[in-house]
Amino acid sequence: MTVAELKNDGKACAMDTAHISSARELRVVIDLVVNGERVIEEIEPNMLLLHFLRDRLKLFGAKEACGEGECGACTVLMNGYAVTSCLVLAVEANGAEILTVEGLSKGNELSILQQEFVFQDALQCGFCTPGMLMSARGLLDNNPNPTDEEIHEAMAGNLCRCTGYLQIFNAVKRAAEREREEREE
Amino acid sequence: MSSLCQLENFEYSCCRDYESKYKHVGQPYIRKDAIEKVTGQATYTFDMELPGMLHAKTLHSPYARARIVSIDTSKARALYGVKACLCGEDANTKVGLYMQDKMVFASGETRYQGEVVAAVAATTEAIAERAISLIEVEYEVLEPVLNVDQALEAKTLVHPDINTIEHIRGVFFPQPDSNIASLNTSRRGDPDKAFEDADLVVENEFSLPAVAHVPLETHVAIVEADPYTDKIRIWSSAQSPFALRQMMAAAFDVKESDIEVHIPYVGGGFGGKAGIHLEPLVALLSREAGGVPVKLRMTREQEFNYMPTRAGMRGRIKSGVTKDGRIKATKIVYDWDSGAYADYGVNVGKTAVYGGLGPYDIENASIVSNTIYTNKVFSTAYRGFGHLETLWTVERQTDILSQKLGIDPYEFRMMNMLKPGSKTISQEVITESSGSPCDCLSAVVKEIGWTGRKTQEEREREWKTGKVRGKGFAMIQKAPAMPANTATSVIMQMVGDGHVNIMMGAVDYGQGALTALAQIAAQELDIPFEMVKMIPQTNTETNPYDWNTVASKLTFMAGNAVIQASRRMVAQMKEIAGQALRCSPDVLAHADGYIYKKHTPEMRIAYKDMALGYAYPDGMGIGGPLISHGVCMADGLTNLDPKTGKGLPALAWTFGAHAVEIELDVETGNIDVLKVASAFDIGQVINERMVYSQVVGGVMQGIGSAILEGYKFSDDNVLLNPSFTDNKIPTMKDMPFEVVPIYIENPQLNGPYGARGIAEHTMISVPSAIGNALYEATGINFYRLPLTPENVMLGILSGKKDCR
Repeated sequence: MTVAELKNDGKACAMDTAHISSARELRVVIDLVVNGERVIEEIEPNMLLLHFLRDRLKLFGAKEACGEGECGACTVLMNGYAVTSCLVLAVEANGAEILTVEGLSKGNELSILQQEFVFQDALQCGFCTPGMLMSARGLLDNNPNPTDEEIHEAMAGNLCRCTGYLQIFNAVKRAAEREREEREE
Repeated sequence: MSSLCQLENFEYSCCRDYESKYKHVGQPYIRKDAIEKVTGQATYTFDMELPGMLHAKTLHSPYARARIVSIDTSKARALYGVKACLCGEDANTKVGLYMQDKMVFASGETRYQGEVVAAVAATTEAIAERAISLIEVEYEVLEPVLNVDQALEAKTLVHPDINTIEHIRGVFFPQPDSNIASLNTSRRGDPDKAFEDADLVVENEFSLPAVAHVPLETHVAIVEADPYTDKIRIWSSAQSPFALRQMMAAAFDVKESDIEVHIPYVGGGFGGKAGIHLEPLVALLSREAGGVPVKLRMTREQEFNYMPTRAGMRGRIKSGVTKDGRIKATKIVYDWDSGAYADYGVNVGKTAVYGGLGPYDIENASIVSNTIYTNKVFSTAYRGFGHLETLWTVERQTDILSQKLGIDPYEFRMMNMLKPGSKTISQEVITESSGSPCDCLSAVVKEIGWTGRKTQEEREREWKTGKVRGKGFAMIQKAPAMPANTATSVIMQMVGDGHVNIMMGAVDYGQGALTALAQIAAQELDIPFEMVKMIPQTNTETNPYDWNTVASKLTFMAGNAVIQASRRMVAQMKEIAGQALRCSPDVLAHADGYIYKKHTPEMRIAYKDMALGYAYPDGMGIGGPLISHGVCMADGLTNLDPKTGKGLPALAWTFGAHAVEIELDVETGNIDVLKVASAFDIGQVINERMVYSQVVGGVMQGIGSAILEGYKFSDDNVLLNPSFTDNKIPTMKDMPFEVVPIYIENPQLNGPYGARGIAEHTMISVPSAIGNALYEATGINFYRLPLTPENVMLGILSGKKDCR
C-alpha cells in the first residue's frame, strides 16, 4: 500500500500525527564539548541535557532517579559547576563544557576521587555513584580544601539509600587530601 | 591494568581494628563490582536498550476506591507511534505472591489511588506519555476503606471475593467475609492466667506509618513476549529471578521453562523488588505489540504511589511484670495496614507471630497478627520486615516497663533476655550456637557510656540550655523469613589459567554478596581472591536455582553452597592428581593453587594443569574440565502450627543491639543523632569493610524511619507526599556524627565459617533506640513514629508525659 492509498483509508486518516511534524520543525543545532571532545548535534529544543547525554551520546553514567532535581543522580559538571542535568535543557549547554562520570578517569587510570570511592567502600548498588562523584568533583574543583560542613553542604543534594553517606564523606575528604598532596609534589 | 594495581595499596579510614584468623575470610577486600560502578560502566535495566524496543507508560486511578464506568482509548490508539494500548477489560491475568488477589489492571473497581487503569506502548516515551493523556476514564467514586479500624468493621470489603482467593493454605489464613487477608497467631503458656500473678500490668499502643523503600533505581522492566509461542523473556530490576520466573509462569499459565529472566545490575531493592511487579503488565503490552521488547520505568512519583510500601502498623501490647523485674506475661495484637493487596504483606504479618516478641524469654505470651486490606497503596517486604515495626512496639514497651518498675533498662533487659536453654515464642530452644543477645547489649551499653537514667532535676537543668541530650538502647533479633524448604545453589568452573568462575541464582544488588562469596571460595580453594570471578549478572537460563534474594540469607546459604562446591572441586583435583602422582587421594592435600603429597610436598600438580583435564608428558589426557556444584537447603525448619505458632521458623537468629545518643533542640523539635553503637552477633566477619557498610547504611535507613519518613494520606486516602520534597529521606546532613560497629563472633555451627546474616538487621530497632533516648532527654514517652520536629514539638507543647 502506498502513502497516498493509506491516506485515503479511513482508519489511517484518523491518525493523529501533529506531534511528529511540530517537533521536527523546531529543531536546533548545539555545539559543545563533552568530556574533552567537541559535539555538534541537531536536537529538539525541549530535550533535557540528561536525555541528550544518555539517548543521543549514549553516555549512560548519569542516571535519572527523580527527574525533578531532588536526588542528584543525574549530576554532571557544566562549565565546572555541578548541575542536575534533568533540570537543564540541552540548548542551555550550547557552547558549554560538560564533564560526566565517563570523563573522570585519565586513560585507564582511575582518578584519585574514583579510587577513594572504591577504597572507602563509598558505594553499594552504585546507582547514585556517578552523581555523587560529579558533585564531589564540582566541590573539589571550586574548593580544594573543604571543611566537613562544606562537604556535607555540597553533597546534601545527592541522595543515597544504601551507604548511609559516611563512606562517601570519607572518600571525598580523603580525595581532597590526596589531591592536595599531589599538587604540592 | 594499572588502575587495578594501584588499588592494592591504600589507606582505609573507616575500619575498626579487626584481625581475622583466616587468609581470605574476614579480610576487608574491596568489592568486586566497585570499578564498574565508579566509571559509569555498570549497566542497569534502566540503561538497557534492545533492538526494536518500545516504551510504555501507565495511567493511574486518581481515587482510592471507584467504579470504572467506562474507558475510551480511541484517541490514544489513533496517535502516531502508539503500538499497543491496554486496560482492565483487555487483561484477565491475576497475580500474587502468596495470595492471587491482584489483577494486572484495575478491573471493574480501583482499590487504591495510584492503581494502574490503562497502559500504552509507543515508539518513544514522549508519545506514550501523550497517548496516556488522551485516554478518557469515567469513574463513579466510592467510599474507601480508610484505615484498619474501618477495615475491621467489615462494612465494606476491599475484596468482596475474599472467601475464594487462591492462597497458600496452612500458612496464610484469610478470614471469611472480612478485610483480613491473613490472621496468624502464636501462643506459649497461658498469658491470661499469668497476668493475675503479675505485680504490675501495663497496656500501651504504638504505631508507625507506611514508608517507601526508595531504591535509587525505580522499578523498571523490559519484556519480550513471543506472540507465536509461550516464551517470555524478561530483563528486570528485580531481586529474585527464580521467584519471578515461577510467578510469571503461574500468572500466564505457561511452563516455568518458557520464562527467561535476566537481571543486570540492580539499583537498590530493600525488599521492594522481591516479588513480581511490572513484568506481567509489560508482557501483555509486548504481546499486544507483536512481541517486540517493551520497556516500562516508574517515575519517582509512581514509585511512591503505585509501587508497594512498608505497611503501616499498630501494635497493642499488654505486659505483666513482677516487682523484681521478671516479665511474666505478654499479649500483643499487631494490625497491619497492608493496603489493597496482600503481596508480601501477609508474610510480614506471619513473621510478626514468631519474631514480634523481642529476644526475651517470656513463659506466657501470645501474639495475634492481622494483615488487613484497606484502600491504600499496598505493602510488601521492606528490609527486616516485621521486625523494625514490632520492635518499635516491644522495645518502647520494655523501656516503659523499666521506668515504671524503677529498674535500670539495661538490668531489666538482661534479666529477661534469651539465653542458652531458654525458649522463643515458637518454642525453639536457644543454644550457644544461636548467638548471644546479652553480649550485644553489654557491648553497646559500654560503648555509649550508659551510667543509668537521668533524674528529672537533671533534665530540667539541661532544658534551660535549649538543647537536651539522651541515651537509649534497644534490642534486635531477626531470622530469615522463608519457607521451610528454601534452597540455593552455585556452579563453580575452573578456567585454564586456574581462575574459578562462580555462578549463583541470587542477585548482588549492592549488599556485597559477590565479594563475600568469592572470599569463601578463595579460602576453601586456597587461591588468591583475585582468582575468583563471580558472574555478576544472574539469569535463569544458565545460572543455578536460588529461592529469593531476600531475608539476609545469602551469605549464610550460598556461603555453605560455595564451601560444598569448593570441596567437591578439591576432591576432583585430588582424584586426578592421585592418578598422575600414582598415590591415593587420601595422602594428598591442597594449598596455594597446588595439590601436593602431604609427606613429600615437592610432589605436586598445579590446579591450572588440571583445569581442563590433566595431560601426561606424552600428551595422554585424564580427568576433564573441572566443574562442581554446591547446594544449601534450609534444613530443620518446619511450618508453624496455625494456632500456637509452634515450630522451627529460624534458620539463624542474628541478635544485636543499638545504643544511641541524641541531642534535641527544645525549640524546634529537631533531633541530631550524635552517636550510634551497634553490636551484632554475626558469628564470623566475612568482609569487615562491607559489614561496616551494612551497619552504617542500615542505621541511616533506621534514622529515616525514626525521624523523617512516612506516608501522609488525605481524608479520602489520596497520597499527599509522593516526592522527595514532601517525603524526605536522610541526606548527608542527617548523618550521625559517629557510628561504631561492634562484631560479636559466637560462631553458628552450621554457618559458613560460623557466620550469620547481617544486612536487614542493621536498620531494625534504630527507631526504638531513638525513642528511648528521647524519653531520657525529655521525660516524655512517644508512641508514634516518625519523630519529626513537628511531632516532637506537638508532644512537648502538649505538656503531657505520654504522647500517644
